[in-house]
Amino acid sequence: MSAVDLTQFHKTFFEESREGLDAMEAALLALDSGSTDHELVHTIFRAAHSIKGGAATFGFADVAAFTHVAESLLEEVRSERRAVDSGLIELLLRSVDCLRAMLERSSQGQPVADAESEALRVELVQLVSGEVAVPSGAAAPAAAPAGGWTIGFTAMPHLLQTGNDPLRLFRELQQLGRLEVVRAFITDSAPAQLAELDPSQCHLGWELRLHGAVARGDVDAVFDWLDGDCELTVAPLVDAAAVPDAPAPEIAVPAAATPRPVREAAAASGEGSSIRVGIDKVDALINMMGELVITQSMLSDIGEKFELSQLGRLRDGLVQLERTTRELQESVMRIRMLPIASVFNRFPRLVHDLERKLDKRVRLELHGEHTELDKTVLEKIGDPLVHLVRNAIDHGLESPAQRKAAGKSETGTLKLNAYHEGGNIVVQISDDGAGLNRAAIVAKAQQRGLVAAGQELGDAEVAELIFQPGFSTAAQATDLSGRGVGMDVVRRNVRDLGGSVGVRSVPGKGSTFTITLPLTLAIIDGLVTAVGSERYIVPLTSIVESLRLRADAVRRIAGGGEVFHFRDEYLPIMRLHRAFACGDAVTDIERGIVVVIEEDGRRVGLLVDDLLGQQQAVVKSLEAHYRRVQGISGATILSDGSVALIVDVGGVVRLGQRSKAA
Amino acid sequence: MYEDKRAAAPPLQQLTFGLADEEYGVDILAVREIRSWSRVTRIPQTPDYVLGVLNLRGAIVPIMDLRLRFGLQRESYGDDTVVIIVAIAERLFGIVVDAVSDVVDIDPTAIKPVPDMGAVVDTRYLKGLATHAERMVMLLDVEKLMRPEDVETLDAALPAVQDVEVAA
Repeated sequence: MSAVDLTQFHKTFFEESREGLDAMEAALLALDSGSTDHELVHTIFRAAHSIKGGAATFGFADVAAFTHVAESLLEEVRSERRAVDSGLIELLLRSVDCLRAMLERSSQGQPVADAESEALRVELVQLVSGEVAVPSGAAAPAAAPAGGWTIGFTAMPHLLQTGNDPLRLFRELQQLGRLEVVRAFITDSAPAQLAELDPSQCHLGWELRLHGAVARGDVDAVFDWLDGDCELTVAPLVDAAAVPDAPAPEIAVPAAATPRPVREAAAASGEGSSIRVGIDKVDALINMMGELVITQSMLSDIGEKFELSQLGRLRDGLVQLERTTRELQESVMRIRMLPIASVFNRFPRLVHDLERKLDKRVRLELHGEHTELDKTVLEKIGDPLVHLVRNAIDHGLESPAQRKAAGKSETGTLKLNAYHEGGNIVVQISDDGAGLNRAAIVAKAQQRGLVAAGQELGDAEVAELIFQPGFSTAAQATDLSGRGVGMDVVRRNVRDLGGSVGVRSVPGKGSTFTITLPLTLAIIDGLVTAVGSERYIVPLTSIVESLRLRADAVRRIAGGGEVFHFRDEYLPIMRLHRAFACGDAVTDIERGIVVVIEEDGRRVGLLVDDLLGQQQAVVKSLEAHYRRVQGISGATILSDGSVALIVDVGGVVRLGQRSKAA
Repeated sequence: MYEDKRAAAPPLQQLTFGLADEEYGVDILAVREIRSWSRVTRIPQTPDYVLGVLNLRGAIVPIMDLRLRFGLQRESYGDDTVVIIVAIAERLFGIVVDAVSDVVDIDPTAIKPVPDMGAVVDTRYLKGLATHAERMVMLLDVEKLMRPEDVETLDAALPAVQDVEVAA
């Protein structure tokens, strides 16, 4: 047994424990919302139980000890000896946080228990021992009797078969206090003849004394795994004369609550990121691989001694190869796709905490949790979403009193919704709060010189203002806002993912933030365009239309800009060859093609020489070996092995806007 | 003393190449491969000495012309034009040089500081001067060639993007 290297299972243990903690948290929050579902309590208990078991098995004693106590408390809830109240839930939520931090530290090989976890453990211990207490009439209900406990422990014959070892139990007891074996005896279950003795059966019993100020819960916890595998009696030790009064454990609780372990740290700690893939996805891959092998053997068979008569078969084979390759590619990409639930799941807790902090009442609705997103996108979208949810509760939703006064229900609703739309994922965060404070935003913008006094602004323009760097209408920096992280950062993060963010707001009715994201960052559908001898890829999702212009459709604007009429609006023309300084390109608008592209509702006509066709492009980073280039989002390799650059539509549109403004 | 020093410092292997009738050396450990010139894809908004990028087995690798980098006349490229692919801290880039000459051992104790004159090259990019077979070899500091901060300085000298006139 000892030869097995347990460390190889640590990663799985951490992963599963994190999942267990998430499940605990979710169930606790569900309990908090008034649901008295018995199954929830069981879920919490089971999660705690398996974390404890795992921690003990893999040698994380501190984690095991902590979970132990929490589990004892949960056991009382499960057996309905203790009622669930918000105080208890709050305590258990803190325990979940604490365990998360402990696991995080142990995964990094740091010391696990700290002052915070110890204080919390003591708090739990006191609660457990305080209420279960010694049988009625006994003295000192809160703390353990100073003397200790008399323990009668008689093993059932099958004790060893359940993986329990009395020695281990005694060792654990020894850690609680001084252990004294009064007597050990052979039980009645033992066979009369020594020859009939089965070494896998245990026929022993012990009478023990545990000296010291030990909580009853701690003693019970040691025998927790032996449910039904032994007979156990625990009674307060009467004769305490031999032991000097052990002082009750006094542990200083840190005056100021230490900052809550930041979950983001877990993501940042660069633990070799892994992915859990459904077996069906892997099966699909294996099937595809099988087909590829068959096609390959068929093609090599044809290639062996090729005759012209086989041309048809060859063509069929190539068609099949193309199809299988495409499917294989899709399946591989699908492996990276994970449901957005993993991000959404952190919001019940966030909302719970914010409700308390801000004294507001919020009902959180989650929709479309099963919508799948690329893992990379998923990892990066969390922070912007957290920011938007915080904002919605802090700025968007009114206090219960204000809501009542406005004739709304006191509880505000915050809706998170994720769904597919075309080749994109859309994530919406909407609240039924007061909406954007138009007057305050305009006033702030005028103060900052973004808007001239008396200038009339449309709703869209007002909404656009909140995305300006450093823009905040909060009168003062609160705990939640005013930390210098604004909507501009949200927009930048989303843009870095190739997405866009917009806002729609109705005064008194609430606001909706809409984030549109590409399905994956690794592959895009692009239109290959020619500009001189260069090839540029324009992402298909941003293209509105491509058209040829007659020279007389182009209007000059004072200051040197060119515009053309397109569906009731005048769009600026952006000559790509000029922006990217390509020498040998078509300069005559009539001979080129204008590709109308859109970003954040702004449109620009991009002048290119020619369109060469549509193609899936595997996105490669320019920054890996070079650096970021304005107007370019990356590069790809064309079928001839040459490199083509991918146009950053947002960047190019912004270039166009700037040049128009100039 | 002298003997000790020699024992402590093994000879430096340098790949030497010619550029505008002068001889330069790069640390052989930084060299990944030597290849002939092939067409590159131009990148907008970059200094002129960055010719563009090419596909090096799936990686997008920038190529710079060392003559242009040092402010010399650009030579025309042909089949004989050599590109040395260099790796610094996992970043790859290629430098276009006139011709590769040799791999030589340089005694590190014999490397002389660069006098602040004479060479056509900005002395910032040189680690030192060495003599090999009675020829002077200028040891190139490839790290400095790709330093981000002097990319920044060069950017500042270039016209900003917003200044690029978009329409005629």
